[in-house]
Amino acid sequence: MSSTTEASSVARPRKRRRSNLQRKQTRLAWVLLLPALAAVGFVAFYPLGQTVYYSFTDQQFLAGIEPTKWVGLENYKDLIHDTLFRDAVVLTVKFTLITVFFEFLLGMIIALVVNSGFKGRGVMRAMMLVPWAIPTVVAAQMWKWMYNDIYGVVNDAGVRLHLLSHNVAWISQPNTALASVAAVDIWKTTPFVALLLLAGLQVIPTELYEAARVDGASAWQQFWRITLPLLRPAILVALIFRTLDALRVFDVFNVFFGNRPDTQTMAIFAQDTIVGTGDVGYGSAVCVAIFLIIGLFTVIYVTFMRVEQQ
Amino acid sequence: MSSAAEAATTARTEPRVRTRKPLRKRLARIPFYLLIAAIFVYTVFPFIWAIRSSITPDGDLFSTPLQYFPSHPTLAHYREVLSSGEFQRALINSTIVAGTVTLISLALGSIASYALGRFRFRGRAFAMYLMLSMTIFPQIAILGALFTLINKFGLYNTLPALIFSDLILTLPFTVWVLTSFMAALPKDLEEAAYVDGATPFQVFYKVLLPLVAPGLVTTGLLAFITAWNEYLYALSFTQDPQHHTITVAITTFTSGKGNTFEQPWGQIMAATVVVTVPLIVLTLMLQRRILAGLTAGAVKG
Amino acid sequence: MAGLVGAVALVASLAAATVGNAKPTASPTVVKQSAAIGAPAVPNAAKLRAKYKGVQLTFVGDNAVGGSHVRDLALAKKFTHDTGIKIKVLPHPEKSDESYSQLARNFSSKSSAFDVVMMDVVWPGAFAPYLVDLKKSLGKQAKLHAQGIVANDTVGGKLIAMPWFGDFGILYYRTDLLKKYGYKSPPKTWTQLGTMAKKIQNGEKAANPNFAGFVYQGNSYEGLTCDSLEWIASVGGGHFIDGGKASINNAKAAAVLNLQRSWVGTIAPRGVTSYGEEEARIPFTNGNAAFMRNWPYAYSSGVAAGSKIKGKFSVTVLPHGPGASSVGTVGGWQLGVSKFSKHKPAAIEFVRYMTSPAVERFNAITNSNVPTIPSVAKDPAVRRTNPYLKPEIATVARVTRPSRFLKGHYNEGSKIIYQGINQILNGADAKSVLPGIQSRLNRLLK
Repeated sequence: MSSTTEASSVARPRKRRRSNLQRKQTRLAWVLLLPALAAVGFVAFYPLGQTVYYSFTDQQFLAGIEPTKWVGLENYKDLIHDTLFRDAVVLTVKFTLITVFFEFLLGMIIALVVNSGFKGRGVMRAMMLVPWAIPTVVAAQMWKWMYNDIYGVVNDAGVRLHLLSHNVAWISQPNTALASVAAVDIWKTTPFVALLLLAGLQVIPTELYEAARVDGASAWQQFWRITLPLLRPAILVALIFRTLDALRVFDVFNVFFGNRPDTQTMAIFAQDTIVGTGDVGYGSAVCVAIFLIIGLFTVIYVTFMRVEQQ
Repeated sequence: MSSAAEAATTARTEPRVRTRKPLRKRLARIPFYLLIAAIFVYTVFPFIWAIRSSITPDGDLFSTPLQYFPSHPTLAHYREVLSSGEFQRALINSTIVAGTVTLISLALGSIASYALGRFRFRGRAFAMYLMLSMTIFPQIAILGALFTLINKFGLYNTLPALIFSDLILTLPFTVWVLTSFMAALPKDLEEAAYVDGATPFQVFYKVLLPLVAPGLVTTGLLAFITAWNEYLYALSFTQDPQHHTITVAITTFTSGKGNTFEQPWGQIMAATVVVTVPLIVLTLMLQRRILAGLTAGAVKG
Repeated sequence: MAGLVGAVALVASLAAATVGNAKPTASPTVVKQSAAIGAPAVPNAAKLRAKYKGVQLTFVGDNAVGGSHVRDLALAKKFTHDTGIKIKVLPHPEKSDESYSQLARNFSSKSSAFDVVMMDVVWPGAFAPYLVDLKKSLGKQAKLHAQGIVANDTVGGKLIAMPWFGDFGILYYRTDLLKKYGYKSPPKTWTQLGTMAKKIQNGEKAANPNFAGFVYQGNSYEGLTCDSLEWIASVGGGHFIDGGKASINNAKAAAVLNLQRSWVGTIAPRGVTSYGEEEARIPFTNGNAAFMRNWPYAYSSGVAAGSKIKGKFSVTVLPHGPGASSVGTVGGWQLGVSKFSKHKPAAIEFVRYMTSPAVERFNAITNSNVPTIPSVAKDPAVRRTNPYLKPEIATVARVTRPSRFLKGHYNEGSKIIYQGINQILNGADAKSVLPGIQSRLNRLLK
């Protein structure tokens, strides 16, 4: 900041040097950026490009029998009128909103507890990572059997503790199906959110809290005025990547419900279209639509967060 | 510097004040403790159930009434799992893949975050969104093309194929998280160093990197676990057990009876515990380093 | 960072200390039996050696781990030893979806990488355009196999796959409970099953609240297509598609489906609409069910040491409706030769060997693979290791899912079927769901 006031009061030669510096900075920035972009881009560019290309064709999974034709926007036109896809979108969005909300709630509590001087935090710190560490396919199967209405431990413990009057078919009954699968996802990915929030909490200087306490602020006020604002970058990142994953959820739904029309997520719909039906063209259009929907969420988050900042 | 010392002293004197808390306040904390307990049970119980299943003989696994602790605990499942050549191989493979992915992600990601977090240039936002967009497509969408690409480079059925594919999953969020950490650091932090004649690299390595240590450890851990848990690519790009990772190996356990339906659940649970415990130990080791790195940074500042 | 590297090194060294050279592991009994009866000799070995010695074939075979792989290797080794044709055994991916994708990708790219491929019984219809017609060379041998399966493998008049081993659905029942409640023999009709299950469940539930009368595969997946085909075909309701046209919308099919619907939550647990094979087997082998429909694989866990129902259960054919006969849906695997193979004649000879009665007998004895040749099923040694192959089971009429009509659209067609039937089981009236299934299937068949 001091350098700019200096520069404005001096003649042209300084100005040229400053724009040179900025150009040098920009070039350096891109040089630093390139390896990461290249690593991902190189591997991702061709597949993504191919997906977009296929979305304009009638490419089949079992190719080579009939030649692939260019169909333009036909896949997209069909997609707009596809009620099954619409249902999948609604279900996935509903699922995302529920799970992200609870993951943030629980994640924040866990992060705050681990970050505080609370006595049990060492144990909590170790255990909080466990759900995230178990492979998803194993976790999904494990939970499915925990929910089973004959030999599942959820029913058994529930009945023993008098929280349930009889065994419930959590997965089969439509009114408990979404909740049961959401509980698994929340269990599995809260650690991800908690870890990110914890890292964010740990860079907040403790002096700020000290000063606030000296000024007589309550714990709640400290949280609202100091913690949350300074945590905003961590929250934004956690929010974006959690939502991204939730909108692409596949494994848990697949293990629990198979291919049930009322519990099809967008990713299951995409997979079913590409491999099951074998319509790669249409499936690619679905994937592009999923991409746009996730992108929409990202834009909403970033805008909302930036507006708040101002 | 003095405020840090102040903070330290107040932390030290806190316990002395804590001993005389009114009963009302202590009771008010009970709902808090209950909440913590409930969260703890929710988080930990399934894993305890997995441990219980891993030491329960096959016949008793799902017998009712449920045995919360097996009446005849056995270590047979662990013996079967740990003596399996495929499992050992898979453990090594997973470690190589996840370890390499993590190191590459942190290296490339931290450099990129330096640029994105500390420099102002046109195209900064574009670069961030470009990075993000590559990770948004559902895995199934890019599976086919990725497969073709991997074949073209002769990488089918090799670990590098998995390393490259997993980078798509880990690099974007590594960059985003580290960028937010870099951006959160005070704006004129590098000024002093530049005045002293430091090169950008020295600024990055000596000044900025230590201060984002919690971010590095966090993203490193998350990247490691993401690569460790990855299933679809590991399944699709490998052909034989020599190149399987842990996730694929666990799901290929058979009861040895020659059918594809029966899942040897006891073994699967034992394998899950075996692969999870090192991760927990790793976390414990690294978490302590976060705090060590943090206090060191504060004193230096 | 040093901590991370250190941990990695620790795990790596730990693993390295105990690693052998990843030999395929199989249970001791399998290895013993393989050794006890060796892989059968190749007939015509000399002639084959003269013609094809040195040829290298790639065989996409069974799962990488376990007895199946041991079996594949043993057979390949014997074949190479006798004929000089080298066989590279490539285990297929564990998951069915992935296995299908692997073959689809290979055929779509016209690759010559695979010569002989192992296919699920519902895939020949989809892969027919990519497979060699085996009618001339192996048609005679095909006559030995169960004709239902051969018909399944014949698409557009061409025999594009040979049956290799085949599962089919059977009824498991508790002999001790039948006796306890005064029944002398297992149910022959579906109505009888309903009555018996209800009486047994009511009696047992008092002491065991987790008891269920009847468990099966009711989840919204391929397994339900198998189960429901048995229900419908065993009451004279057709086979989903008959003679190229959808036939599912008829009164008999509606009746049996509504009967099954009425059982969900009464004699079958409410959760049965999310059960797969294992979710049904587990309660039965733990003594919590009176009847179960499952594949033969569940038999061995029932008689294993430590099983709660050891000696207390038996198997028979599934019930049927009045005026119709019992059936079992065919599961199992076929062998085919890729059209893009560079060594088609040698590959065909390998398939001839693998689907011969001698090899099917070997498979049945050493790996409990259900033979697709009825005469092999009657062999005493085979019956000893596969006690569920009682005469009435070995000769049950086998029905196949309509893959040869739906061809490349099989997955989509099966989805229409199992989604619709899952809806019925969850409470919808069959009479209102079946017309929709029928019209959508007909659209696919056009």
